[in-house]
Amino acid sequence: MIHDFTYLQPGSVKEALGMLAEHKDDCKIICGGQSLLIVMRQGLVQTDYLIDIKRLNELNYIKYDGKGGLKIGATTTHRTIEKSDVIAKQYPVLADMEEKLASIQVRNWGTIGGNLAHADAAGDPAPVLTALNATVKVASAKGERTIPLEEFYTDLFETAMEPGEIVLEVQVPPPVPKSATAYKKFNLLESDQGIVAVAASITLDAGDTCKDARIVLGNAAPTSIRAKKAESVLIGKKLTDALFEKAGEAAAQECEPVGDIHASEEYRRHLVGVLTKRMAKAAFEQAKKMG
Amino acid sequence: MEKKLLRFTVNESPYEIYINPKTLLVEAIRDHIGLTGTKRGCETVSCGACTVMVDGMAVKGCSVLAMQVEGKKVTTVEGLEKNGKLDPIQTAFLDEGAFQCGFCTSGMLMSAKAFLNETPKPKDEMEIRRGMEGNLCRCTGYNAIIRAIDAVGKGKYREDKR
Repeated sequence: MIHDFTYLQPGSVKEALGMLAEHKDDCKIICGGQSLLIVMRQGLVQTDYLIDIKRLNELNYIKYDGKGGLKIGATTTHRTIEKSDVIAKQYPVLADMEEKLASIQVRNWGTIGGNLAHADAAGDPAPVLTALNATVKVASAKGERTIPLEEFYTDLFETAMEPGEIVLEVQVPPPVPKSATAYKKFNLLESDQGIVAVAASITLDAGDTCKDARIVLGNAAPTSIRAKKAESVLIGKKLTDALFEKAGEAAAQECEPVGDIHASEEYRRHLVGVLTKRMAKAAFEQAKKMG
Repeated sequence: MEKKLLRFTVNESPYEIYINPKTLLVEAIRDHIGLTGTKRGCETVSCGACTVMVDGMAVKGCSVLAMQVEGKKVTTVEGLEKNGKLDPIQTAFLDEGAFQCGFCTSGMLMSAKAFLNETPKPKDEMEIRRGMEGNLCRCTGYNAIIRAIDAVGKGKYREDKR
């Protein structure tokens, strides 16, 4: 049963920020509502004011240029990202992740801004975007700021945003030469959330030595987290299967999964190890082929 | 709580209804407009029984705030039939016996319709299965459903073939 609320429909970002400033502690923002409406119906979230930004078309865009990289507005739907030619070309891992996010119906209505702000540790976009070194642009009535996605999540369903702030945009730097990212979630039905998920970015130098690695784990801790010990196994090395194996072991150790109805803690750690090994290797193989 | 005016189109008829803003799209369709073909299933965005089209896109009516379809065109299973004639996908479901209990059927039909609008000629069975990923059938009727969509995709129900 959803509790009653006062429904507010701002016509612009500016108006939305004004409403947020006024109702700071008593409001929630809804965009597609694909996650929020479920927790509202379960009574886990109650709010006096619901600010609906779904119609804010000024935040519905995908922009790309070689210098500035990718900018996706908060109200852009998952399906738009999935179908975007420029994303398929420049960030294929992002299009691939979106294609496997929930179901078509959810992707048609749900938005990237809503997904990131909801801060579900099992969400698909956060690990992939973190591996791609993305930042989130947020705003309040006082002004705008950007937060690296890596620092955006502070705890389960908690973000670094202050009351009164709203997600405007996610920004991804331009693709780096000799770099690739791979992502895989482990689940029983493709449209389910991942029991765990791993995104790995590998950047090579001219001699195919690993210059940089970013390994991000989904649903293996209260937030998506970087597996920095696993990364350090790889950085500066000529990559081999033995190193991927070692990186997997490091990631399995440093993650903090819980056991639940879907999988025990032990099983999740095992999966993190296997997926880290496989995704790091997949990213490495792709990166070798990149110019 | 202040009721809000919602103006939208359902199956090509315009409606103006006053609703509590927390009303979900499936509730607006069933309880306010009285079209009960759209089912309330899991209500957690999992099963797809509540699937309707909004401006031609399949969405789950249990997880869309009705106020968000202001000015939009909603199509429900009742809107598939035109001038007394079933839509090809409906005929195909009948021919293939693509249901057992029938509870998932209206959602299946709406997802199938939206899928075929986007993908008139699916390239293989896998593409159809992916297109129907958001709908569950608990009587294990999937094969017949896939066959029905495949038949429409292959042009079996085109006007000139009847």
